[in-house]
Amino acid sequence: MADVHLRINGVDRRLEVEPRVSLLDALRERLGLTGTKKGCDQGACGACTVLADGERVLSCLALAVQYEGREITTIEGVADPIQRAFVRHDGFQCGYCTSGQICSALGMLAEHAAGAPSAVTEGLAAAEIELTEAEIRERMSGNLCRCGAYNGIVAAIQETQETRVAERDVPTLVEGRR
Amino acid sequence: MTTYVGEAVDRVDGTAKTTGGARFSAEYPYPDLAHAALVHATVARGRITRLDTTAAEAVPGVIAVLTHRNAPPLKPAPRVTPLNLATLASGTSVNYLNTDEVHWNGQPVAVVVAESPEAAQEAAHLVEVAYAHLPATVDFAAAEPDAKPQKSNLIMSGGAVKGDPEAALAAAPVALDLRYTTPPHHHNAIEPHATTAHWADGRLTLHDGAQNIYWTRDHLAMRFGIPKDDIRVLSPFVGGAFGGKTMVWPGTILAAMAAKATGRPVRLMLTREGVYRTVGGRTPSTQRVAVGADESGRMTALIHTSVTLTGRVGGGPEQVTSQTRHLYDAAAIRVQQNLVELDVLSNTVMRAPGESIGTFALEATVDELAYRLGVDPIELRARNEPARNPMDGKAFAHRKLRECFEQGAKEFGWAGRNPEPRSTRDGRWLVGTGVAAAYHPSWQFPANVTVRLSADGTALVRCGFHEMGMGGATAQAQIAADALGLPVEAVTVEYGDTRLPTGPGAGGSAQTASVAAALVAACEKLTRLARALARRTPGAAGASYPEILRLAGRDSIEARVGSDTRLGTAVGQLRFAGKLMSDRRRWVKAACGAQFCEVRVDADTGEVRVTRWLGVFDVGRVINAKTAASQLRGGIVMGIGMALAEETLVDPRTGRIMNASLSEYHVPVHADVPAIEIRYLDDPDPTMPLGLIGVGEVSITGVAGAIANAVFHATGRRIRDLPITLDKLL
Amino acid sequence: MKDFAYLSAPDVPTALQAIARPGARFLGGGTNLVDLMRQNIERPDTVIDITRLPLDRVEELPGGGLRVGALVRNSHLAAHRAVRERYPMLAQAILAGASGQLRNMATVGGNLLQRTRCAYFTDLSAGCNKRQPGSGCDAVGGFNRNAAVLGASASCVATHPSDMCVALAALDAVVELESVRGVRRVPLTGFHRLPGDTPQVETEIAADELITAVELPALPVAAASRYRKIRDRASYAFALVSVAAAMHARDGVITDIRLALGGVATRPWRAHQAERELLGAPATEESFRRAAEAELAAAVPQSQNGFKIELAQRAITATLRQLLTEGGAA
Repeated sequence: MADVHLRINGVDRRLEVEPRVSLLDALRERLGLTGTKKGCDQGACGACTVLADGERVLSCLALAVQYEGREITTIEGVADPIQRAFVRHDGFQCGYCTSGQICSALGMLAEHAAGAPSAVTEGLAAAEIELTEAEIRERMSGNLCRCGAYNGIVAAIQETQETRVAERDVPTLVEGRR
Repeated sequence: MTTYVGEAVDRVDGTAKTTGGARFSAEYPYPDLAHAALVHATVARGRITRLDTTAAEAVPGVIAVLTHRNAPPLKPAPRVTPLNLATLASGTSVNYLNTDEVHWNGQPVAVVVAESPEAAQEAAHLVEVAYAHLPATVDFAAAEPDAKPQKSNLIMSGGAVKGDPEAALAAAPVALDLRYTTPPHHHNAIEPHATTAHWADGRLTLHDGAQNIYWTRDHLAMRFGIPKDDIRVLSPFVGGAFGGKTMVWPGTILAAMAAKATGRPVRLMLTREGVYRTVGGRTPSTQRVAVGADESGRMTALIHTSVTLTGRVGGGPEQVTSQTRHLYDAAAIRVQQNLVELDVLSNTVMRAPGESIGTFALEATVDELAYRLGVDPIELRARNEPARNPMDGKAFAHRKLRECFEQGAKEFGWAGRNPEPRSTRDGRWLVGTGVAAAYHPSWQFPANVTVRLSADGTALVRCGFHEMGMGGATAQAQIAADALGLPVEAVTVEYGDTRLPTGPGAGGSAQTASVAAALVAACEKLTRLARALARRTPGAAGASYPEILRLAGRDSIEARVGSDTRLGTAVGQLRFAGKLMSDRRRWVKAACGAQFCEVRVDADTGEVRVTRWLGVFDVGRVINAKTAASQLRGGIVMGIGMALAEETLVDPRTGRIMNASLSEYHVPVHADVPAIEIRYLDDPDPTMPLGLIGVGEVSITGVAGAIANAVFHATGRRIRDLPITLDKLL
Repeated sequence: MKDFAYLSAPDVPTALQAIARPGARFLGGGTNLVDLMRQNIERPDTVIDITRLPLDRVEELPGGGLRVGALVRNSHLAAHRAVRERYPMLAQAILAGASGQLRNMATVGGNLLQRTRCAYFTDLSAGCNKRQPGSGCDAVGGFNRNAAVLGASASCVATHPSDMCVALAALDAVVELESVRGVRRVPLTGFHRLPGDTPQVETEIAADELITAVELPALPVAAASRYRKIRDRASYAFALVSVAAAMHARDGVITDIRLALGGVATRPWRAHQAERELLGAPATEESFRRAAEAELAAAVPQSQNGFKIELAQRAITATLRQLLTEGGAA
């Protein structure tokens, strides 16, 4: 057993887990945070996406012990206009991939804001990269949606991005923290 | 009064699903919960000769290792009888852990129950099993030539013939005789099948992502030999299903068995590999489509035959030729479905079973005929559009296929198309466009509903239907709100619980129509009650329904449609069967549509990208513009996967699925899916409740055909074997 | 997954001491190892978490090269200014691999040690000489559409799955290895072994060695470079064929060339044969095609992957053509 401290959604959590316990199972089975979903348990679907210190990662391939002391944000800790945008644009059907899509989108927007390129970025040396539909699709391709709500997800992300640019907003990840 | 019906109302569960609040089957906490894991057979057919659980039992935290040696007895799977439709629900006929026989590669041969999921998985790995191999037939391609004609049954006929199509084909001035193949597919709902089972005082509570909670309940009652009223199945949220959660598969049964054997609440969430190993998928197919036509393009002969598989332990025929019985007015028609039985897991229903792959072969052939004749493919379809059902002259309840093509052609800009293959190039991309017809029969099943109206102005609709993403609760709330003159927010819909009035299964694109029929009737009853109350209540004339209640001093009134008593259920089923029969005598009922797409094919590498999509559908009245469009889009996305990438790889030597993962089975990702434009005619079908036809399945049909046709237009290559991967285009 | 002892190494010496334990493995981002452990393909007794080691920096080398710490995350390396400007093919290769989430987790060192995606390697019921020496190769005669056409042997036809390594192979990268015995440097093109009759031995790394860095030498030609990946869906899939290419031409003659292939070989495949053909040749479609054919001349197809030979030739030609017309190679 290992003693692990995590700061989850702004709250310090301490848990005793075997080293083999994934961050995903720690969240779902030990901490009751079932908003983060298990779709494949092997890094192939993105449903388990959470933010670790603001970066999107797959909690199924993360051992909880490896994330000692890290700041983890799950869907339960997200309070962002993007959630309303997902509802408005019907960016989901069954809702099972949705937590991962939303966390991934928040991480992706932060990556883009930091200037990170993608596989479809032409002109890697450019200082600014426009977040086109093609860019969003490529950057979100690690999040599968079998219901096929991709159009709505892209629309929700676009709207969120446009609002942020208009308001020069910074990403809000955890309720009460800005 | 239609304030809400037809509007783009936000989903009632939108907040729950975007905040992590929606709870799925593996997410119900129980004190003392134990976790289960499956051990899968690694041979296609055989007997267990050695079984060593010592190492598994030694894993700290293991509570029990259940095998055929020590598992509690289970009654065999019931024989299918039309008198009890729940007998259709058996995933397979195998009596899990009650036999040493192995019938497919992947069959569960042991279940480990442990204090943690990690311990259960580790112990499952350590269970040692040896087998005596028995001869097995697992190679579909090799067995396919020996297929036998499918027998007809109540809901599906295996074949039909009109005239002498082979002679007509031989005599036709223009004729094509083509062969197609499609591979097996898997649903790949992102939520793996999961069950949380809890026994208390001989009663079972089951959280199980199911598409038919009543079938699940009734099936488990039969297997465990207890009254069905002692089982409660809850399934308020299902993380995608697409047919894969219709039958009762081993995981559900074994979770309940494990809970019973250990006396603990047990959760069994299948691994992704476990889903492939224990839940059936779509059958592979081979298809022959032959068509003869005169010079004007009138079809004189149309032949469509298919071969699909079933498992020796279960599964059923796929109506691959269904659409071919209804789409074209050929003078002579023959359809025949054939079957082979293999030592593999049962096949099962997957989004538009039959028509999804059948329309691929038919619509690709029609396109090829159009090119052979030098006629525009939409024009060719118009020339062969039947006024009545081609096989038997029955009337169509509703048929606006021609209008779908006309509207689609206009919006897509079809008129300016240069039909010449390989005629359009944009840089490295060869550009092509294609069309195909979509077709899916419409169904309606019995449903029981209660509606309660309260004086506070709220209403409660209760019906045990299913929410897997279709937005059923939202649609029914809209219908009730309109019927009762309430704001939609005032309507609560309860579903996904066998304690509720019996709802329909989610299948056949029928759930919304089925529930709507009962709900509309219940609301009419309720408003009659309210009006009667108003007549007896001074000052209530002209008052709203909630006001009537307040004035009459009543907290609430309730109306019910259908009965869940044994007699009531029997009466409901008889009425359903009667209506089904009389409907079928009078009409052919279906949704249809026109699929338009543009593809780009890399001139060097053969990579195919879908870059434009327009689907125009005749689905009767649409209840929710937003969710209906989403569902139609979703079918197209799954169709894109089927056309370009999806294929379950079954090793012909072992019957083992070799790509049992989401990294090796390629479902479409964001980057594969363009903006998909959806149109629907919104013309009510007068024979359906509220005029609505289901939207769940029609939109996957025609997709692969449209893409194959567009790929031909782009490249000049006809690909008749799905998926259209780049190696086939080099 | 087997239970294991876990140790988080605070510094390199501690990590190098700890790896002496029997059944010990280093754990980086976990994107491959944790997956394999869950599938019981890997069952270490001790896992030494190295993600806290101070090996997460990209440093300038004298002369314009870069030294990339082994624990630099894939996404950080791809986004690094100097990489984007000097070695665009490397940024593109990394970005073509996996997903945003996985690239945020995966490390450079771990990427070098990625194991094959061959279906028979990851299925414990199948014969696989790489997983279990002597158990045969079920990919031959089975599903081998993804298998290698170059560098395979009778015992193993599995492809190396990395995109990043293909670019590194083209860029003459050098792998820095450290153990208690000292530091040594191995060229990336010699780091991965051909399977021969010991497919279980995949790299030159010794059991007690840790990858500490990858060095990218200054390579002016790499400023005009490109990575082209061809796969079964538009994103988030392993390569059927990929090409990493850098080229410089003057007066229509190729004066410098770097070429490597992915998806077709048992290791990241430096296309030496094609490079020899191209150097000094006219920068034309004909030269590209001839060189591609020369590189694939030794290719041996399995029952389902013969298309890779033609596809690789076309991909090489198309990538070089693109470099010439759009990529500033001329």
